[in-house]
Amino acid sequence: MTSADYLQLGLYAAVLTAGVKPLGWYMARVYQGRAPGLEPVLGPAERLVYRAAGVDRSAEMTWQRYAAAVLGLSLVSVLAVYAVQRLQGVLPLNPAGQPAVSPDSAFNTAVSFASNTNWQGYGGEATMSYLTQMAALTVQNFVSAGVGMAVLVALIRGFARANSPTIGNFWVDLTRGTLYILLPLSVVFALVLASQGVVQTFEPYREVQLLEPTEQTTDGVTTPVTTQTVAVGPAASQVAIKQLGTNGGGFFNANSAHPLENPTPLSNFLQCLAILLIPAGLCWTFGELVDDRRQGWALYAAMAVIFAVMLGVCVWAEARGNPAVAAVPGVEQPAGNTEGKETRFGVANTALWAVATTAASNGSVNGMHDSFTPLGGLVPMWLMQLGEVVFGGVGSGLYGMIVFAVVAVFLAGLMVGRTPEYLGKKVGAFEVKMASLAVLIPCGMVLLATAAGVMFEDGRKGVLNSGPHGFSEILYAASSASNNNGSAFAGLSANTPFYNGLLGLCMLVGRFGVMIPVVALAGSLAARNKVPAGPGTLPTHTPLFVGMLVSVVVVVGALSFFPALALGPIVEQIAAANPAAGG
Amino acid sequence: MFAELRRAVVVLALLTVLTGGLYPLVVTVIARAAFPRQAAGSIIERDGQAVGSDLIGQPFSKPEYFWGRASGTSPVPYNAAASSGTNLGPTNPDLTKAVAERVDALRKADPDLGPVPVDLVTASGSGLDPHISPAAAAVQVRRVARARGLSEDRVRELVARHTEGRQLGILGEPRVNVLRLNLDLDALKGEGRTP
Repeated sequence: MTSADYLQLGLYAAVLTAGVKPLGWYMARVYQGRAPGLEPVLGPAERLVYRAAGVDRSAEMTWQRYAAAVLGLSLVSVLAVYAVQRLQGVLPLNPAGQPAVSPDSAFNTAVSFASNTNWQGYGGEATMSYLTQMAALTVQNFVSAGVGMAVLVALIRGFARANSPTIGNFWVDLTRGTLYILLPLSVVFALVLASQGVVQTFEPYREVQLLEPTEQTTDGVTTPVTTQTVAVGPAASQVAIKQLGTNGGGFFNANSAHPLENPTPLSNFLQCLAILLIPAGLCWTFGELVDDRRQGWALYAAMAVIFAVMLGVCVWAEARGNPAVAAVPGVEQPAGNTEGKETRFGVANTALWAVATTAASNGSVNGMHDSFTPLGGLVPMWLMQLGEVVFGGVGSGLYGMIVFAVVAVFLAGLMVGRTPEYLGKKVGAFEVKMASLAVLIPCGMVLLATAAGVMFEDGRKGVLNSGPHGFSEILYAASSASNNNGSAFAGLSANTPFYNGLLGLCMLVGRFGVMIPVVALAGSLAARNKVPAGPGTLPTHTPLFVGMLVSVVVVVGALSFFPALALGPIVEQIAAANPAAGG
Repeated sequence: MFAELRRAVVVLALLTVLTGGLYPLVVTVIARAAFPRQAAGSIIERDGQAVGSDLIGQPFSKPEYFWGRASGTSPVPYNAAASSGTNLGPTNPDLTKAVAERVDALRKADPDLGPVPVDLVTASGSGLDPHISPAAAAVQVRRVARARGLSEDRVRELVARHTEGRQLGILGEPRVNVLRLNLDLDALKGEGRTP
């Protein structure tokens, strides 16, 4: 690593941390019913939504009703995104004349965007019309993120309230989060991105002259190629929310490696910052809403520790380069492992992005993870397998981490033989059951889907790279879908009925298999009374607890996935280091 | 449940109008007014004709042009309508084979070539990378100068003019825009010989 690398990574950490308090404070106000500065502008839109939908904003919901509303909205979202894709051929704003998306791919993409996964089996510029990108995909970038934040806020209310049968109103939480947090940030961010060169237009694809004409040979017929078709479109508006809402679905196939989606080092810095901005800020929001800011910092610290270690490993592995390429005569490798990486970002920024995008459940990429060194590729894979709780998705990351905190106080309680409590709430059998479900369901889904991918011929034939790396491609896809991340070892040909179906199922189970237990947890906690902290209470804002929490997250992740990782990236790393041994 | 479904339909419809219609529209209008060139794709025009984009690389294989990164797009390299990396894994023999072939091609065009910087012989993530590292440009100066009958210093001067440093002095990597550089080489009319 060079000093310039250290400087960039340090700057990133500093700016991110500086944003935690102001943004977290603002978001807490939004969910408390105020929106400083923005109410005059967006208030009418908010009231319009409530009036049209018949929402009484003061009417509170039980956890069952809250969950029903979440599921209802998600179901309608899946149907809407599916319909727009299937009909895009006859709908307007389709200058490239994209035909209807195939049923299996449309299903996969609909589930993918409605579940905040944004796994992409398709290539954006070659598949989707401008209308689909905007009215289906961009909308879900907002809505699915708004849902995640709403569920988080409901869970926080569970801790903050006492003896309450209700946990808030989902429609109000969703609408306020979308209007007052996601939308204004996106408008500003989209314009900054446009200033850097992210394309934003409704014009059709541009045809430009090639300076050096070339030729194309297909089936033995050689035809001259004198022009280049440059795909354009309304990208900046989509990319802004794709980063802020931890969605990650690229406008173009190459995602944020594409120069028209991420043109400059500054756009890269800001996009990478946007991945973690809201998830980090929500830690402060949490502390603010439970009226103990130290609790928020404790969770932030636990996330930051895991993040920093993973980042160090990934940058180190990629900067060292690829031994196989170094062995090619006449190549010098000062820039590290550059395969699949863009010159303007370099290795450090690409590794940073890979860690940020998989720590959060974003899933966008600015380089190709499939071409990372085995160890460098293990890092993003394992971060997803940890359950997307290291910052995680907007809302979903923090509620996942709070679930782990519940597990951690439970384990601590077992050690000393006391009834565990967290934030003044006794953690009983129901809470531990719900927390366990939320932790174990995605783990189980990753392993089951990987097994299915390896066992079936349709799964194996999607693999691009042979040997352990091929296994890694399947394991990565299952991890990504089941934890609602969306990034890929993109060599895997996943746009097949087999993978569209399997991974679609993973995304549904990974999203709602966690979310519903969390809403139930919120309801059960809200109904409990508050117990004052006694001398035997484990304080949950101390370095000791942060250490425990980190250990629980890491141990669950390691125990669940070490055998699978050993078959993929670990054996490949060993083979790569010893080419003579048959690597 | 049914009441919530009805609300879901209405809320989604309204949020679609707002975030899927108004939002991209407003951003487009402001971006076009404030940054017209960037919003349209940073297209380069010469004599009224679009000859490329600042941000999208083009394929080069003639000795008189600087060559860019390898490209994994299909069916042709630098297909800007279907961006893609190669996705070759680090231990895949196809990767080392492709790297060796690119080194050979560079050697063939300049037999005295020294060690080749790795970015020049590996494929970018997008397959459309418009840049190479300054080191990757430096090793090509002799070949381009010979092919064009220019002095190496003259070519080096042009490379320097197209080298961008780290943005704001900190961010990213130093880099050379290959298409811009080649366009300016072609514009050196009356210097050297026409290749």
